[in-house]
Amino acid sequence: MTQAGSPKSQAAAGEGWEPKVVAFLCNWCSYTGADLAGISRLKYPANLRIIRVMCSGRVSPAFVLKAFHEGADGVLVGGCHPGDCHYLEGNYKTLKRKLVFERLLEQFGIEPGRFRLEWISGGEGDKFARVAEELVKTVRELGPLGSTAERLGRADGLALRAEGGGGNA
Amino acid sequence: MPEAKKKLKLALYWAASCGGCDIAVLDIDEKILTVAELADIVLWPVALDFKYKDVEALADQSVDVCLFNGAVRNSEQRELAELLRQKSKVMVAFGACACFGGIPALANQFDRESIFRRVYDTTPSTDNPGRVRPQTKLSVPQGDLHLPEFYNAVYKLDDVVEVDYYIPGCPPPPELVWEAITAIVEGKLPPKGSTLAGERSLCHTCKRKKEDKKVTAFHRVHEFVPDPEKCLLEQGIICSGPVTREGCGERCLNANMPCRGCFGPTPEALEHGASMLSAAATLVEGKEEAELAEVLDGIVDPLGTFYRFTLADSLLRIRNKSLGLEEKAEEGEEAAS
Amino acid sequence: MPGPKIGVYVCHCGSNIAGKVDMDALREFAAELPDVVVSRDYKYMCSDPGQDLIKADIKEKGLERVVVASCSPRMHEPTFKRACQDAGLNPYLMEMANIREQCSWVTEDGEAATQKAKALVHSAVNKARHLEPLEDKTVPVDPKTLIVGGGIAGIEAALKIAEAGKEVYLVEREPSIGGNMAKLDKTFPTLDCAACILTPKMVSVAQHPNITLLTYSEVEKVEGYIGNFEVTIRKRARSIDEKLCNGCGTCQEKCPIKVPNEFEEGLGMRKAIYTPFPQAVPNKPVIDRENCTYYKTGKCKICERVCPPKAIRFDQEDEIITEKFGAIIVATGYQLFDPSVGPQWGYGRYDNVIHGLQFERLSNASGPTGGKILLKDGSEPEAVAILHCVGSRDTNYAEYCSRICCMTSVKFAHLVREKTNAKVYDLYMDMRTFGKQYEEFYNRVVAERDIYFIRGKGAEVMQDPETGKLLVRVEDTLLGVFREIPVDMVILNAAICPRPDAQEVAQKFGIQRSADGFFLEYHLKLEPMKTANDGVFIAGTCQSPKDIPDTVGQGAGAAAEALKVVFAGQVTVTPTTAEVRDTLCSGCRICIPLCPYNAITFDEAKGVAQVNEALCKGCGTCAASCPSGALRAKHFDNRQLYAQIEGVCAE
Repeated sequence: MTQAGSPKSQAAAGEGWEPKVVAFLCNWCSYTGADLAGISRLKYPANLRIIRVMCSGRVSPAFVLKAFHEGADGVLVGGCHPGDCHYLEGNYKTLKRKLVFERLLEQFGIEPGRFRLEWISGGEGDKFARVAEELVKTVRELGPLGSTAERLGRADGLALRAEGGGGNA
Repeated sequence: MPEAKKKLKLALYWAASCGGCDIAVLDIDEKILTVAELADIVLWPVALDFKYKDVEALADQSVDVCLFNGAVRNSEQRELAELLRQKSKVMVAFGACACFGGIPALANQFDRESIFRRVYDTTPSTDNPGRVRPQTKLSVPQGDLHLPEFYNAVYKLDDVVEVDYYIPGCPPPPELVWEAITAIVEGKLPPKGSTLAGERSLCHTCKRKKEDKKVTAFHRVHEFVPDPEKCLLEQGIICSGPVTREGCGERCLNANMPCRGCFGPTPEALEHGASMLSAAATLVEGKEEAELAEVLDGIVDPLGTFYRFTLADSLLRIRNKSLGLEEKAEEGEEAAS
Repeated sequence: MPGPKIGVYVCHCGSNIAGKVDMDALREFAAELPDVVVSRDYKYMCSDPGQDLIKADIKEKGLERVVVASCSPRMHEPTFKRACQDAGLNPYLMEMANIREQCSWVTEDGEAATQKAKALVHSAVNKARHLEPLEDKTVPVDPKTLIVGGGIAGIEAALKIAEAGKEVYLVEREPSIGGNMAKLDKTFPTLDCAACILTPKMVSVAQHPNITLLTYSEVEKVEGYIGNFEVTIRKRARSIDEKLCNGCGTCQEKCPIKVPNEFEEGLGMRKAIYTPFPQAVPNKPVIDRENCTYYKTGKCKICERVCPPKAIRFDQEDEIITEKFGAIIVATGYQLFDPSVGPQWGYGRYDNVIHGLQFERLSNASGPTGGKILLKDGSEPEAVAILHCVGSRDTNYAEYCSRICCMTSVKFAHLVREKTNAKVYDLYMDMRTFGKQYEEFYNRVVAERDIYFIRGKGAEVMQDPETGKLLVRVEDTLLGVFREIPVDMVILNAAICPRPDAQEVAQKFGIQRSADGFFLEYHLKLEPMKTANDGVFIAGTCQSPKDIPDTVGQGAGAAAEALKVVFAGQVTVTPTTAEVRDTLCSGCRICIPLCPYNAITFDEAKGVAQVNEALCKGCGTCAASCPSGALRAKHFDNRQLYAQIEGVCAE
C-alpha cells in the first residue's frame, strides 16, 4: 500500500514546498486590519499575499478561481463585519456569493479549508494575523493544490496548447 | 450565393459528441445541395464512408475547411484532430463540445478510474463478473489489439490543435451554420480566433419583459410553468442568458425553457459559470445568513447548472484529485487485505 | 507590442523595510520584470530627494507607470500620486506595493519576507501595466457641520466652528447639553468646579447665532458622503412650546409624579416634567411621557394649569428634520462600567457601595445631598475605601487603562477629607498621573492626613455580619500582606466604557470600532480625529477614555478637521467609479438593484444600463455581478486584478 501520490505525501515529499495563499481584502476594514497587524508588529506566515480591492463585493468568484488556477493553495476574502460595510451592503453580496460558491468549490474538489471568507474590521489586526496563521496552517496540512496546468499535466500528461481558463479578462 | 471559382474541399469530423452537430449541418435543409455543389466532401464519417488512411493520403493544407465537432475524450480523437489540422487550411470548432467541452466535459468531475468503475462495475445493469476493463493493448493469439486511450479529462479542441474559428451551440443553429458556410465560401471571414456569433449576451435579443431583478426563491424547470412573457431569472429560474453569447435564436427561451449556456461566455465574461453564479446569488434579497442560505440552497448542483457546457473551458477544468491516485491507493489497500 | 515604460522604486524606510527585506535582491528582481525600464532603491522614498528620483525619471526616461514599493498606500499614496502629478504623469498611473505593514513588519524570516516582497512588487507591476489615466472630480461642499453629542467635546467643537463663522447643528439626545462633565463636582488637578467652567460654554452654545441646538433629539439616518451628507434628525416632542416657555420651573414644582433622576445616577428624584439639572441648557423642561399621569390615564394636566405662559403642548409630535451637512463630528461620549457585573465588588448588593459618578453627585453642591458625603442612612462615613481599576486593566472586563481613574480617585480622597472626618483608603494597582500638574496634585493629596494609599487591587467587598460594616479585601503588595479593611463607604472607580449603542451609532455614521469597542480613528497617532469614513470625525471619550483637557483638545481638533472641509468649499471625489460599456451591455438589469446608492439606472432608449458617476462610490460590487463583463470598475477592473493575481502567484 502506498500513499506516494496523495497530495499530503506530495507535500511531505515536495522538498521546500511552501503554500501560496492569496488574500483579497477590502480597503476599509480588512486591509486596514492587515495594516494594523503590521503596525502592531504581529507576525504571521509570509505565504499570504494581499490584493487590495475597495470592497469585498468587488471580488468576483472568478477571482478566487483565477487564484487557484494560477497555483494558489488557499484564498482568503476579507470584508467588513455585517452592517459595517463602507459601501453599506457590499459585504452582504459577498456573503450571498459565498453561500453558492463554496458548494461549487466542493464540486471542484477544492477542500473547504482552502477558501475562507472572514469579516475583519480595521481594529482587528490580531484577528487578521490569526486568520492568516490558521489559513496557512490548514492549507499546509491539505498539501499542494497545484495550478490548473499542473493538475491537467498530472491527469493525462498531454502537451496542451494552453492550460485553459477562458482567457477573458 | 456567388459562383465559386473552384470547388472547396470540406471535411467534417465528430469526436466526443452526440451526433447532433452533424444533424445540424443537414438542418440547413435544401441548402445542403448548394453545399454539395460548392464543395467536395473529403471526410464525413456520419454520412459517408471514408477511411482515415484516405485523409492521411491528402496533401497538407489541401482541405479548405474542417468543421470539427465534439470534444477530445480519447487519443483517437486527438490524433484525428491533429491530422485534420495538418490537412486543413481552416479549422473550425463546431458546436459547444469542440468549443468548450460541452456536455461530455461534465465528466471532468470524475477521473477515468471512477468512470470505468461506474460503467464496468457498479451500474445496476452491468454484468461483468470478470471486471473486464478496456485496455489500450491486448495480446491475443491472432496478434496485438489496440484501443484508443481513454483520457482522465475531456478537452476542448483548441487544447490540442490551433483553432481558427468557433461556431458555438448545442448544436449550432442552421442559420448560423449557413452564415458560416457562406462566409467561408465568399472568403469573408472575420479575424482568426473569432467566434461566429454575437458579442453581447442573449438578453440583448431576448424579448421577455425584464423588470425588477429580485429573487425570493429559486425553482427548477419541472416545478412550474413560468410566465412566457417574463424574464425567467425574475421568476426564480436560473437562466444563463445574461452570461451567454447571443446568436442562438433563443430556441430554448421560445420553448419556455431557460438558457443553458451552450453558446459559451460573452467575450468579456470572466468565466461562464462563476460569473453567472455571482450574478444569480446577488439577486437574492436579505441579510440574514441562515435565510439567505435557505434560498440559495435552491440553486442545486452549481457546477452542473453554471458549467453545463463549459467545464473544459473553465479556470479549474477538472476536479481536484481527479487523478485516480486516491482510488488506486484504495484498490491497493483492498488487494492487500 | 511593447508595454508601457514602468519605473519601480523600492523604499528602505530606514531599517523598517531594509532591516528585513533584501533591498538589492528586490531592486534587481523588479528590474527584470517585463516593461520595467528603471528600478531603484532609496533610504526614504517619501522624502524630497526620494520623490525627486521618481520625478526625474518620469521626465528624463519618459516613464509611463510608477510602482512604489514602500509602506501602506493608506500612508503615502497621496504623496506619491502628487509626485507623479508634479512630474506630469497622471497620478492614477502610480501603484504601490505594501512591503512594510504587510511584509517586513509581519514576517520573522528575512528570506521569506524578501520572497513575499517580490510577489507584491510583481503584482503591483502587473497591475500598473494595465492602469489608465483618470481625472479627479470635485463637488461643492455644504458649509454646515453636524455635531452629534453635546458633552464637553461636542460643545468645544461647536463653539470653535461657530466662532470661525461657520454654521453648526449640535444634536444631543438628552434634554440638556453638558454630558457627563455636567455631573462632576470638582475637577482635577485644580479643583475648580465643573459647572463653573462648563456652564458658560453651555450658555454660549445656546446663544451663538451660528449654532442650531437640537436637544432631546437623535440622528436617525445618515446618507451621502463628505461635503454632502444628508442627515435625518428626530427632534422628540418635549411636550412644551419652547418659544413660550420661560423656564420658570412652576410646572416641575407642582408635578405630582416623582421618579429617579438619571442625571443623579439614581441617587435623587425628578418629576415627570423636568429639567435634568438646574443649569440645564436649554432651560426648558420636557415631559417624560412614560411616567406622566396624563399620558397614562388621560387625566392630571396640573402642569398645563399652572404654566404661566401656557406653554404645555400635550399633543406635540416628534419633528423630523432633514438637513445637508458638509462634515460630521461624532462626540457621543462614554458610559461608566456597570460594577454590578462583578459580584465581588458588592455593587447593587450593599447600600454604600457606589461608583465614581455617584460620588460626584453626592459631592456636588446641587446634588441630592447638597454636596454632603453621606451614607444611605444619612450619617457621615467614618472610613471610605476607593477602588481603582474597576472593570479596566482586567482581562475579565476591559483590558485597557481607563486613564482618568487614578486622578479621580486622588480627587475623591481629597474631597472626602475636605468634607468629612473619615479615614480614606485608596487601593491602587499603579498610580498613573500622566497629565500637567497631576503628579503635583497627587503629591499634595498624599501629604494629607488620614489618606492611606495601598498598592493592591481591591479584590472583594463583603459585609461584616457582626458590625454591618463593609470589609474590603486587598493584597497590600508593598507590605506583602492580605488585608481586610473595615469601611462605611466604598467608591468603585469604574472604567470609562463605550456606550451600549456604540455599534449602532458606528453603523449609522459608517465608522468602525477598535477591539475595545471605542470608535476607530484613522491613525492612532497621526489621525486621531479622522475615521475611515471621509468627512466624519470623532472627538472625546467615544474614541478612548480621556480626561477633560484631552477631550477639549480633541473637540477643537475635530472642529479644525470639519472646518478644513467646509472652508475648502469643494471636495475631490474619486474618479474610480464603475462604467458600463454600451457595446457589451445586453440590458439584463441584474446590476440595477445591486447599487445601494441607486447610481445605476436603465437607459430605455439605448437598452443598456448606465452609471451616474456622481452617485457611484466605486465599490465595484456591480462589476463583480455583471455576468457579461460589460460593467467595469475603473482602477480595479478585471484585467488589472487578474494581472495582480498572476503576479502574486508567480513568486
